Amino acid sequence: MNKAEKSLYEIREMDDLAAGDSPVHRLWPLSKFFVTIAYIITVMSFHKYDLNGLFVYVLYPVVMFQLSGVPVRTFFRKMRIVLPLVIAVGVFNPVFDRDILLYVGKVGVSGGVVSMVTLILKGVFALMASFILVATTPIDDLCAALRMIRVPAVIVSLLLLTYRYIGVLTEEVAIMTNAYHLRAPGQKGIHISAWGSFLGQLLLRSMDRANELYASMQLRGFQGNFYYREGKKARFADILFLVLMIAVFVFLRFFPLAAWIGKLVVR
Amino acid sequence: MIRFENVSVQYDKSEPVLKDLSFHIQKGEKVGLIGANGAGKTTLMNALLGLLPHEGTIEVEGIEVEKQNLPEIRKRLGFVFQNSDNQMFMPTVYEDMSFAPLNYGHSKEQVDRMIDDVLEQLELSELKYRHNHRISGGEKRMAAIATILVMRPHVILMDEPTASLDPYNRRKVIDVMRSFDRTMLVTSHDLDMIVDTCQRVILLSRGRIVADGKTDVILHDKALLEANRMELPFRWSGNRE
Ligand SMILES: Nc1ncnc2c1ncn2[C@@H]1O[C@H](COP(=O)(O)OP(=O)(O)O)[C@@H](O)[C@H]1O
Ligand SMILES: [Mg+2]
Repeated sequence: MNKAEKSLYEIREMDDLAAGDSPVHRLWPLSKFFVTIAYIITVMSFHKYDLNGLFVYVLYPVVMFQLSGVPVRTFFRKMRIVLPLVIAVGVFNPVFDRDILLYVGKVGVSGGVVSMVTLILKGVFALMASFILVATTPIDDLCAALRMIRVPAVIVSLLLLTYRYIGVLTEEVAIMTNAYHLRAPGQKGIHISAWGSFLGQLLLRSMDRANELYASMQLRGFQGNFYYREGKKARFADILFLVLMIAVFVFLRFFPLAAWIGKLVVR
Repeated sequence: MIRFENVSVQYDKSEPVLKDLSFHIQKGEKVGLIGANGAGKTTLMNALLGLLPHEGTIEVEGIEVEKQNLPEIRKRLGFVFQNSDNQMFMPTVYEDMSFAPLNYGHSKEQVDRMIDDVLEQLELSELKYRHNHRISGGEKRMAAIATILVMRPHVILMDEPTASLDPYNRRKVIDVMRSFDRTMLVTSHDLDMIVDTCQRVILLSRGRIVADGKTDVILHDKALLEANRMELPFRWSGNRE
């Protein structure tokens, strides 16, 4: 497989994950959507030294991964490109912020180190939560859900078409890269002299395909409005999940559970 | 049913690709549109579907192919693309099949029943929830045909339906085409398929109709076919092994 084929495979792998079945998959898409947003907002709102408070939030993604059957391994494999960036964001904090904040045994830990870890955890947690959402909710369901809360049709269609167009584009890249390498064996990547024509071709070919796909939609009565699969109706459990999770996130945000447990144990 | 009257089509400012075509297709007729690569077969289909502007008159069931009539026209025509990958864009066969009927305002229950009927008729029920990118080329072609049949079009248009299929799948597609009880227009240079499925043939060469008549007659005419860069159907070529 060349690189493009691999990314294509990965896009489809997400589709396959999302098509699976588990209690998490069965949740109402909007509950998941809002819980994810609430989670990300609360996680982001922690103070940069509040590692203690933040740490319990690992529970949400961990439990969701467990319940959904989505392998955590898959998350790290797919995020291997983004994760270093997230980690890089906080990497200079220890250099700038050297005041000792706390002692672990006899070793002093500077504020910079604590804030670096906090920042990294915030990023990783947010990524994990978003990943769980996408990996357990088919894109069409998500779009249908967005329509249900009156997000304009144009925006939702755009989202859906973009998602599909990425597939088309990647497929063309895969075909062309293969064709190139068959005639330039042993060469790594695509020689810079060929980039111009490669990109031009790619644009033309994917435009041709996009045109045909659009024709296919028009010929089948498309008038600018997707009729999404009947949006799933919320069950009691879905509402409960929504309300309960948001309550828990807010509660943990203002009542530092970890510190209390710590105190209890120490007493 | 379908009427072309002095129809010409051109891309850009270049020479017209279709030149002054006139023909009628009656209700229930199955017509093969043949011709070498670049003869203009696909262009003709696209003009009929209103995807390309044309000069002259094209009519479908008495309705003229014009901008304001396109929704009415397209409801009547089911077009099977040459490349099924460019036709199917929903994740699963089921969703692709529901696309048209939902757009045409059928209820969810109706759509489900229509889909099941077609899948049963084509013996494809096991494909229903499969992902479009996970099925083989032959299955994909059959699924593409299913997405069209579910629209219940009055006319079925197919662009090279047997191209790039192995013999087994080619045979399956031909059997399905033979079972259609509707008006049908098929482009191809698979002349054996045309012999199996069409009673009438229109031969196109460089954008002009050079022959129009009974399949038996035209496809037995070696000189005519060779003059237009085609060969006799295998079964009539005399070189049986
Ligand atoms: N989008 C286009 N722009 C310009 N010329 C085109 C386009 N599509 C097809 N043609 C030209 O029109 C002629 C007929 O093409 P087409 O209808 O695809 O032939 P066929 O389907 O019989 O192989 C060819 O000479 C082709 O080069
Ligand atoms: Mg063609």
